[in-house]
Amino acid sequence: MSATMESALKARMARQEGWNRPPHVEPEGEGELLELSMGPHHPSTHGVFRMDVSLDGERVIRLKPVFGYLHRNHEKIAEGTSYLASMPYTDRLDYFCSLTNNWAYALAVEKLAGQEVPERAEYLRVILAELTRIQNHASTIGFLLQEMGASGTPLMYAFREREKIMDLFESLTGSRLMCNYMRFGGCRVDASAAWLDQAHKVVATIPEFIDEFERFLRSNEILMARTQGMGVIKPELAVNAGLSGPMLRCTGVGYDIRKVDSYGIYDRFQFRVPVGDHGDIYDRYMVRMLEMRESVSILNQALKDIPGGPVMDPKAKIRNFRPKPGEAYGRIEAPKGELGFYLISDGGPNPYRYRVRPPSLINLTILEDMCLGHNVADVVLIFGSVDIVLGEVDR
Amino acid sequence: MKTVEEIKAAIEAAVPGAGVEVVTNPGPAAEHSLRIGQKHAVKVAEFLRDDSELALDFLSNLTAVDWPDKEITEKVKVTREVQKPVEGGEPGQVQTVTETVEETRKRVEPGYLETVYHLYSIAKKHGPVVLRMRTGNRTDDVSMPSFTSVWRSAEFQEREAFDLYGIVYTGHPDLRRILMWDEFKDHPMRKDYVEPDDYEYEPTAHDHVLERAKQHLSMEQPVAGGAE
Repeated sequence: MSATMESALKARMARQEGWNRPPHVEPEGEGELLELSMGPHHPSTHGVFRMDVSLDGERVIRLKPVFGYLHRNHEKIAEGTSYLASMPYTDRLDYFCSLTNNWAYALAVEKLAGQEVPERAEYLRVILAELTRIQNHASTIGFLLQEMGASGTPLMYAFREREKIMDLFESLTGSRLMCNYMRFGGCRVDASAAWLDQAHKVVATIPEFIDEFERFLRSNEILMARTQGMGVIKPELAVNAGLSGPMLRCTGVGYDIRKVDSYGIYDRFQFRVPVGDHGDIYDRYMVRMLEMRESVSILNQALKDIPGGPVMDPKAKIRNFRPKPGEAYGRIEAPKGELGFYLISDGGPNPYRYRVRPPSLINLTILEDMCLGHNVADVVLIFGSVDIVLGEVDR
Repeated sequence: MKTVEEIKAAIEAAVPGAGVEVVTNPGPAAEHSLRIGQKHAVKVAEFLRDDSELALDFLSNLTAVDWPDKEITEKVKVTREVQKPVEGGEPGQVQTVTETVEETRKRVEPGYLETVYHLYSIAKKHGPVVLRMRTGNRTDDVSMPSFTSVWRSAEFQEREAFDLYGIVYTGHPDLRRILMWDEFKDHPMRKDYVEPDDYEYEPTAHDHVLERAKQHLSMEQPVAGGAE
C-alpha cells in the first residue's frame, strides 16, 4: 500500500462526532470485515459510481461513495467559451431533464444581465419543465421497482409514457434528449398550434397512467415490505445536509422553490406541494407520485392560458453578448432538487466563474447515514431512491 | 428579510471582532455579499444558523473562485520640482519650477482564493445571504476553516473546492480529492493551470494536438537505438 493510500485510509477512518455526522455502527460478533467495492459497473449504480463498503456479514458497517468516473470539468470548459456556447452543454448534465437544465442556466444568465422574458416563452418553459418532471419521476419509480426485482415490466410502463413526452420534445426542439431549447431572453423556436393540441392530448392521458401505476404499486406487499421504514432521514438532518427536491419533502419539510421563489410565472398556477411523513423510501416514492399529479394540474392550467406573442425578447442580444460585471445565483426546482447556476461576469464574452450546484451530488451527502446498519440488498434500494444522474454528479 | 447592512450589524453585535465587510455587486442582480474574516468564521456561521430571526439553516451552494495576481497599470498625476533655464536670461542661469506631469505606474495586487457561500432559510423561507471568505494568498497560505460541522452540505462541496482549487479546509473530517484521482498533482480549476502536453491522445493527431504530441515525443525518445 502506497503512502498516499495509507494516509487516505487513515483520514477515512477518522471519525468526527456530532449530531450531523454518520452514526457509528459496530460489527456484531468476531471475525474480519469484508471490504467490497460496489461499482463502478454495478447495474444498480445508474452509470459509473462506486461505493466502498465494509460488510459484517450482510450488514453495512462503513460506506464511502467514490465519484469522478464521468468527470470532464464542465465548469472549466464553460469558463473558456461564450455564454451561449455552454447552453447545449448543460443538456449533458442531467441528461434525463435537459430542459430544466436549460432553464436554470438561462435564468441565471438573465439575472446576471437583467433580461426580460416574453409571456409566451415563460408559459412554454413551464409546460416543458412540468413535462420533464413527469417523465423523470415516472422513470425513477420504474427504476426503483426494477431494483426491487420487478424486472422490466414497471419500467416499461413508465417508458411507454416517457416516449410520448419525448415525441413532443422531438417535434418542438428537434431532439429527444439533448433539447438545447432555451435562450437568454426566451426560447429558440415557437410552438405551433398543432403542437399545443398534441400536448393537450398527451397530458390528458397521463392521469390514467398514474392511476394505473398507483393501483399496481401503492399497496403492493413487496414494495411496502421493502421500502417502509427503510433509509429514514430526519427533517433536521435533511435541511442541514442541503437536501432538496423530493428527498427533502419526503421528510415533511414543505419547501418547493417553485412556491418560495416563484421564479418565471409559477405564482399564477394553483398547485400543492406534497410532503411525506416518515422520510423513508416509500414516502419518496409517494411524493414523486403525487408530484406527477400536481404537474398535470399545472400543465392543464398553462396549456389553457398560454397567450400569443413572441417567444424571444426582441432586445435580447445573441451575438457579442457581454453582461456587465457582477454576479448572480439563479436556481430552479429541477425534478431532482435545487439546480443552481452561479455566474461571475468580468464584462468579457466568457463567464469569469461558472458553477453548477448539482442536486444529485449534494443529495448523496447523507447516503452513508441512510445505509449504515442495513443489508447490501437494501443499499441498492436506498441509493435508487435518491434519484441521481452521474452526468450531473461528476460534471 | 434584513438587508446586508443590518445582517452585518447583527453579526458584529453577536460576535465581536468578526471583521465583516459588505461587498457590493455592481450587476443588475444586486445580490450584495458579506466578507467575513477567518478568525471567528465558525462562530459567525453558527450565529447565522441559530439566530431566531435569520435562521439560515440551509447552505445551498458553496464554491470557490480564483483571483490571480493582478498587474494594475494606472496613471497618476505627480507634482514635482524641476530646474529649468530662465527664458531670456543668461546661459547657465536656472530657476526652480513646479509642474504637474502624468506618470504611468505599475503595481501588482496580490491574488487570493475565495470561497462563496449561498445561504437560505427553510424555516423562514428567505434568502439568499451571500458570504465570502478569502485565503491569505494562492501559494502557501491557502487554508480556511471548514463549515462542515455547521452545515453538513459543505462536506462534499468543500472537498470539491479542495480538489479543483486547492483550498485546505481546516477541521474538515475527510478532506480528500473527490472528482480527480488521488494521485493527481495540480488543481485544474485555477486560472493559471496548464494542461500536460500529453493530455489528449489522438491516433491521427493534427493541428495544436500534433504540435504538443511532437514536443512530448521528443522528450520521451532521447536517442535512436539507445540500447547500444
